[in-house]
Amino acid sequence: MAEPLLEVRDLRVHFPTDDGLVKAVDGISFTLAAGETLGVVGESGSGKSVSFLTVMGLITKNQARIQGEIVFQGQDLLKLPPEEMRNVRGAKISMIFQDPMTSLHPYYKVGTQIAEAIRTHQKVSKREAREQAVEMLRRVGIPRPDERADQYPHEFSGGMRQRAMIAMALSLNPDLLIADEPTTALDVTVQAQILDLIDRLKQEFNASVVIITHDLGVVAEHCDHIQVMYAGKIVEAGGRRDIYYGAHHPYTWGLLSSIPRLAEEEAHERLNPIRGLPPSLIFVPPGCAFHPRCPHAFDRCRTEVPALLPANGHHASACHLALEDKERIFQETVMVRR
Amino acid sequence: MSVQVNERPDEAPVEERRPLVRIRGVRKLFPITRGIIFQKHIGDVHAVDGVDLDIYPGETVGLVGETGCGKSTLARVVMRLYDATEGTIEFDGRDITDLKGRELRLLRRDMQMIFQDPFASLNPRKTIGSIIGEPFRLHHTVPRNRIKAEVQQLMELVGLNPEHYNRYPHEFSGGQRQRIGVARSLALRPKLIVCDEPVSALDVSIQAQILNLLEDLQEEFNLTYLFIAHDLAVVKHVSDRVAVMYLGKIVEMAAGATLYRNPKHPYTGALLSAVPIADPDLAAQKKRIILEGDVPSPIDPPSGCRFHPRCPNAQFPKCRDEEPFLEPHHPGQVAACHFPLEDRAVIETTDAEPVH
Repeated sequence: MAEPLLEVRDLRVHFPTDDGLVKAVDGISFTLAAGETLGVVGESGSGKSVSFLTVMGLITKNQARIQGEIVFQGQDLLKLPPEEMRNVRGAKISMIFQDPMTSLHPYYKVGTQIAEAIRTHQKVSKREAREQAVEMLRRVGIPRPDERADQYPHEFSGGMRQRAMIAMALSLNPDLLIADEPTTALDVTVQAQILDLIDRLKQEFNASVVIITHDLGVVAEHCDHIQVMYAGKIVEAGGRRDIYYGAHHPYTWGLLSSIPRLAEEEAHERLNPIRGLPPSLIFVPPGCAFHPRCPHAFDRCRTEVPALLPANGHHASACHLALEDKERIFQETVMVRR
Repeated sequence: MSVQVNERPDEAPVEERRPLVRIRGVRKLFPITRGIIFQKHIGDVHAVDGVDLDIYPGETVGLVGETGCGKSTLARVVMRLYDATEGTIEFDGRDITDLKGRELRLLRRDMQMIFQDPFASLNPRKTIGSIIGEPFRLHHTVPRNRIKAEVQQLMELVGLNPEHYNRYPHEFSGGQRQRIGVARSLALRPKLIVCDEPVSALDVSIQAQILNLLEDLQEEFNLTYLFIAHDLAVVKHVSDRVAVMYLGKIVEMAAGATLYRNPKHPYTGALLSAVPIADPDLAAQKKRIILEGDVPSPIDPPSGCRFHPRCPNAQFPKCRDEEPFLEPHHPGQVAACHFPLEDRAVIETTDAEPVH
């Protein structure tokens, strides 16, 4: 196997607060191959954003206690001095965020903001940078890009702003694009456009993509691999088919059962939500963090933290249930709804 | 024209039942003016532009559409939070279009609203006990010394711990806050609850809890819902009938399952094909209708069919010049389109299990 583009080893990000230590990310390991699309799924507070903000170097050792390794193209990003990290961020790894209104500066023209990003990393003249910015706007499907480049963010619609953010993120031809809930604030029709755009640009720019989302539907069509996070840990990871047609973790089952199915025949079909609320990250339940909400929990779950163990190939889950039970319960509770 | 569907055979035919809400020809225009002292009227935002809708007691009518299609404005017109520019609204057989003052306040007991953002719709400086009890204090339906007991009962009903009576909204999570909003809307035992994107801001697992709660309450109190959301899967799940809005007009209305299998309006088809499905095989079966561009400005809506500039099936000049009206298709289905879609145009539904 070729060397992975990104390898995260036992990453921990803990924030000291007055109330106690918030264990936002608590020992996650994964690899991402070049050209792969990874979906990271979890509820608010599961640590999915914090993990990748740390990869981006946007959470620093001044703010949090960070342990582990983030090896990107053979370099441990956590050991890089800030000025070298600045060369990686934006140029090699870039990120787009949920809310395109707050991530663009309202006082500057859109084209100027993209050109500025280019000039930060490349020695080009202002005019060349602007030409590149216009070209990027064209490539993300913004009509009349030369006029649009001279407009301010408030003159763009939500979908157009997200396109402009993508243009900025890809303007330096990064090897890794991290999309943090890129479509949560958008209408479904626009969401479909943006996800298709990310797919297409991924091919064109030959980049790896990470899509962070709370909606298992969004990643079903666009990701090769999926990892599910809960309370700062990866509880299940696997290929797309492993997750949708054979999930092994009760939390993943809960997520799959919570989504209203478009294909259901009768209205008012009962959903099976996960009971209770996500735990506090200061007082994470002992044993498996999911046990208080898990309908299948038994004694061992309350005391012993389950390790993320592979079942077959890449498919791994962190749950004490026996493999036969997992397969049976998945068929009985999740597949039966389809 | 009116839109009538009877999906439940055990009930009287819909024609004989009296709708709880009857909307006829409702338009809501927001004027645009220029100038500070001498305000010159230069145009209107056509937020809702001619809508007829009946909502029957005990049913849930879903409204879907993209941002800016007028679905929230329509809900606020029904609630009498906005005055309709034209048209009439009847509630329980009574014309409420021009009710004022005391009459209007009495009417508000029967219709309540749940809002999208559970962070913005609760006053951060009040305890949740006083937030949920506020309707009692305004409408004097419960004597003062009984308010606390009533509020705690409501809290229990929606799945909140009654001991948290004296806590403030910031101490609750998003899902719990939405429960507070639900409890408040139930306080006066209304007949109609308008839910404006009640689960859009919540995580999926919490979203499912709130949807189940709303359905339980509907059964228990025989509530009627007008349920607004941009997520077609959610709307279809809770609704007996779904109305699809585009630029201020209802373009299609049908039972959810009919809409899913046989959408007639290309816009409905596009919405349907854009919904992410958490099942890769099923997702691969659906045909994509990708819409180009954004919703046009409601200040100067396109001529003829408002959808024609974005419609993949538009035929000229008819779609540009002639406005289509709602016409019946399958039982209980109406759609406003000159060239409606074939059956099963978006999703090939077979009764067989998906292949694994």
